[in-house]
Amino acid sequence: MQDLGSSVLDQLQSRAWRSFKPGRWEKAIDVRDFIVRNVTAYEGDDRFLAAPSARTKAVWAKLQPYFEAERKKGVLDVDAAHPSTMLAHAPGWIDRDNEVIVGLQTDAPFKRAIFPFGGLRMVESGLKAAGFTPDRAVHHAFTHYRKSHNDGVFDAYTPEILRCRRSHVITGLPDAYGRGRIIGDYRRVALYGVDRLLEVKKAERAQIDEMWATEDIIRLREELAEQMRALRDLVEMGRRYDCDLSRPAETAREAVQWTYLAYLGAIKEANGAAMSIGRVSTFLDIYLERDIAEGKLDESGAQELIDQLVQKLRIVRFLRTPEYDALFSGDPYWATECIGGMDLDGRPLVTRTSYRMLQTLVNLGPAPEPNLTVLWSQHLPAPFKQFCLRISRDTSSIQYENDDLMRPYWGDDYGIACCVSSMRLGKQMQFFGARVNLAKALLYAINGGRDELSGDQVAPPTSAVAGDVLDYDEVFAKFDATMEWLARTYVHALNCIHYMHDKYFYERLEMALHDRDILRTMACGIAGLSVVADSLSAIKYAKVGVVRDDRGLIVDYKIDGDFPKYGNADSRVDDIAADLVSRFMAKVRKHPTYRGATHTQSVLTITSNVVYGKHTGATPDGRAKGVPFAPGANPMSGRDTHGWLASCISVARLPYADAQDGISYTVSIAPALAQRDGEAGITNAIKAFDGYFGQGGFHMNLNVLSKDMLVDAMEHPEKYPQLTIRVSGYAVNFVRLTREQQLDVISRTFHTSY
Amino acid sequence: MADLEPIEVGSRHDLRSARSPDAPDTLGYEGREATFGWVHSYETGSTVDGPGVRITLFMSGCLLRCQYCHNPDTWHLKDGTRVELAQAIRRLGEFAPMLRAMEGGLTISGGEPLVQIGFTRGMLAAAKRMGLHTAIETSGFLGARADDAYLANLDMVILDIKSGDPETYLRLTGKELEPTLRFAERLNAMNKPVWVRFVLAPGVTDAPDNIEKVARFVAPMKNVEWVEVLPFHQMGAFKWKALGIDYRLADTPPPTPEQVRGAIEIFRKAGCNAR
Repeated sequence: MQDLGSSVLDQLQSRAWRSFKPGRWEKAIDVRDFIVRNVTAYEGDDRFLAAPSARTKAVWAKLQPYFEAERKKGVLDVDAAHPSTMLAHAPGWIDRDNEVIVGLQTDAPFKRAIFPFGGLRMVESGLKAAGFTPDRAVHHAFTHYRKSHNDGVFDAYTPEILRCRRSHVITGLPDAYGRGRIIGDYRRVALYGVDRLLEVKKAERAQIDEMWATEDIIRLREELAEQMRALRDLVEMGRRYDCDLSRPAETAREAVQWTYLAYLGAIKEANGAAMSIGRVSTFLDIYLERDIAEGKLDESGAQELIDQLVQKLRIVRFLRTPEYDALFSGDPYWATECIGGMDLDGRPLVTRTSYRMLQTLVNLGPAPEPNLTVLWSQHLPAPFKQFCLRISRDTSSIQYENDDLMRPYWGDDYGIACCVSSMRLGKQMQFFGARVNLAKALLYAINGGRDELSGDQVAPPTSAVAGDVLDYDEVFAKFDATMEWLARTYVHALNCIHYMHDKYFYERLEMALHDRDILRTMACGIAGLSVVADSLSAIKYAKVGVVRDDRGLIVDYKIDGDFPKYGNADSRVDDIAADLVSRFMAKVRKHPTYRGATHTQSVLTITSNVVYGKHTGATPDGRAKGVPFAPGANPMSGRDTHGWLASCISVARLPYADAQDGISYTVSIAPALAQRDGEAGITNAIKAFDGYFGQGGFHMNLNVLSKDMLVDAMEHPEKYPQLTIRVSGYAVNFVRLTREQQLDVISRTFHTSY
Repeated sequence: MADLEPIEVGSRHDLRSARSPDAPDTLGYEGREATFGWVHSYETGSTVDGPGVRITLFMSGCLLRCQYCHNPDTWHLKDGTRVELAQAIRRLGEFAPMLRAMEGGLTISGGEPLVQIGFTRGMLAAAKRMGLHTAIETSGFLGARADDAYLANLDMVILDIKSGDPETYLRLTGKELEPTLRFAERLNAMNKPVWVRFVLAPGVTDAPDNIEKVARFVAPMKNVEWVEVLPFHQMGAFKWKALGIDYRLADTPPPTPEQVRGAIEIFRKAGCNAR
């Protein structure tokens, strides 16, 4: 029986894999090996690209009224009665005659699902905010019979963690919803089919049946059982769309469809903040080019498959709460797709489908999702660099990350989770840890552990600064001790969160699309880097006097004299910033993590810099109470006074080795000047990118916009339905930001001399 | 760390004024060597002041008093910040790797870079040692000061020919046109690459005859790579107001795009490579 089964599988594989170059990938699950053996790098220009097909346009036209209604009303519809799983909802279509790629999160477009396994509170508050009524049966089940991740975490939290959470010194923790930042290797479903993946999972499981039943082994056995169950559910989900996912994809359409359905399964099972798709363009290119070579597909058909995949990715929606939207508004889900990069032999991984993926921004207009991320290398083909920069100039919808910096760490088949978090696909995941507010921690150090707004004792009591002028050595010693405490409390909280997440809200499908034994990282993060660096610089190089209120709390500062500011390539303060990154990382590393995860850290805020600033008192750098922080690793707006190059140098000085979860940097450039020289402007921009990344810069979020346009868009959102801007690792639809976030974006430094 | 100056010079958008009430005081800076200079500001990332991506150093001190000047706070030498040459060179060194990677370099503007010739000589020589492309933006009025050794460290000169008509030039700048024309001829004779700049200010420099005079003068010069027509703008108006100087162009509008195209056309007709 087993032999017969295997030979059927062999037959299916040999049909699906016709004309592919053989290799290790046939014997073991190894998508990377398949890609490097079969990829055809493309070094030409963009002239081959096709316009959207009639079917693509028809589907897009059907979706427009939904987009418009959503802009006005917000959440359009929710199924409040059926907690989301792969099989919870009947299949749904947008326009059955014209959809080449099918599959929706629920049975209708823009109808959101609920995920109470993450936490019932978040579901119900999201429903109420959107004007829907929570379902009684769901409420009863999740209050009487089924515990959620959120319940579990709060059972394990300590009073100290709760204080930190309430005071916002530790923020954005994924303790009430899906943690996300896990990328299933969705390509495996297309290349191997689910039956083969199940076979491999069975073998992985059999290996550990002999091992003694420690807690780790028992957990792993249960997880593998869940993974296999998820794979079988995925096949059933595909069957409802008339797709036989049990076997490998045989055509380009099937490869796109199988890959998308695997991703769809993941977003039906988990509502993580960030649900990246990975790195599919160049993988899919191999199938598209094979069909073209066989005469089964033309360029228009190839573009149609990619356009329709992207249409699906643009309508992913999760139900969030108003608090969540204040942090990350505009319905982000970070369906990040990585494009380009080089392989380990030095060949570009740029293919025609890399172009096709970027072309969706032309064919369908600019948009924040999927979060298109170009992996930049000095060695990318020149025509591709030009094409990327032209699309950036016209749409502001691409982010760039330094492949030459990441490749030595993560190889040539990594994806980006969320904005800047790299991970080997199918071999690595992270425990997302949001971030701590370092600026607030500095204020705690000055105030003896008391919160500068509430006056509550949050950190352990120490002696507050006594004098009227801040002394650098004294403040630094106190701050160092505060960071020590904060790092410990932070890792403690993350251990609780991820223990409970694995237990109550395990991502069974995403993990089924990983190897059994993977690298886990504990992805910590810091916010307020530039505020703290400038504050320490002010204390060191100027005279910073303190202002106390009637509670004896230091609530404001008076600066006498000038001081070096981060963002001007001034090593006096840039060294402080770099030291902060390394120093906090070293403290985080002292504390053992859940499941032995490797400690990492990001310098990233996305749009949450606004909320962090709102909850933080005045700081010694002269920033007033409540003023937004700079996003990510950006200099404080208006303080980088020597042009973008100086600003880039400061950011590039932050050590990636101590921020392996990514360093986010956003630059805005006025379009009149970007376009002044036409192609010469593009050439200069390429030089700038090569220079910045060559100096170790990690990330570049490029906006080509004018202030006037943004101000006009605030007043007349209906004129700019698709206006996209990049904010700290992510693109958003500008007209869907909160007003506060819009004002913050507008106040950020615009560089005009580009 | 300790050998760095406590505070560096500010942004080009800062207003520098009233530090030297007894100005003008540009005498005494014409020597071959200098160990310090007066700097208004610097800005990185320009792609319009020469090839590639540049750092632009704005010196203070200028002998001209152009009616349309958008940096009147660079006129007086000591309105700038006193900077040690060694310190300025160290600072340039921090940018050099990026500038090299971006196939750019150093452009010294101002103010007038030839006022503090000893300081700018030191900067240009240092930039060449770092492998950077070098340029100055000058009115050419002090062109005679730039000896051959000075020019040897310059890859390019951005030469502002503000008017073709000597009387208009005198009215506009307060100085004579002649030294600028002689400097241009000298640069031509040694085949030094030049970008000529001409500011189009309605009612001041836009007479077709005035433009034609510049065009006819420049057209035969093979070393002139570009003639750039810069539309006058009002972005410097606030500085005149803040400095309390009589700003005669307060009501002058920027030229229309048609006027700019018209001026470019005059240059092109004469045989110039204009933009």
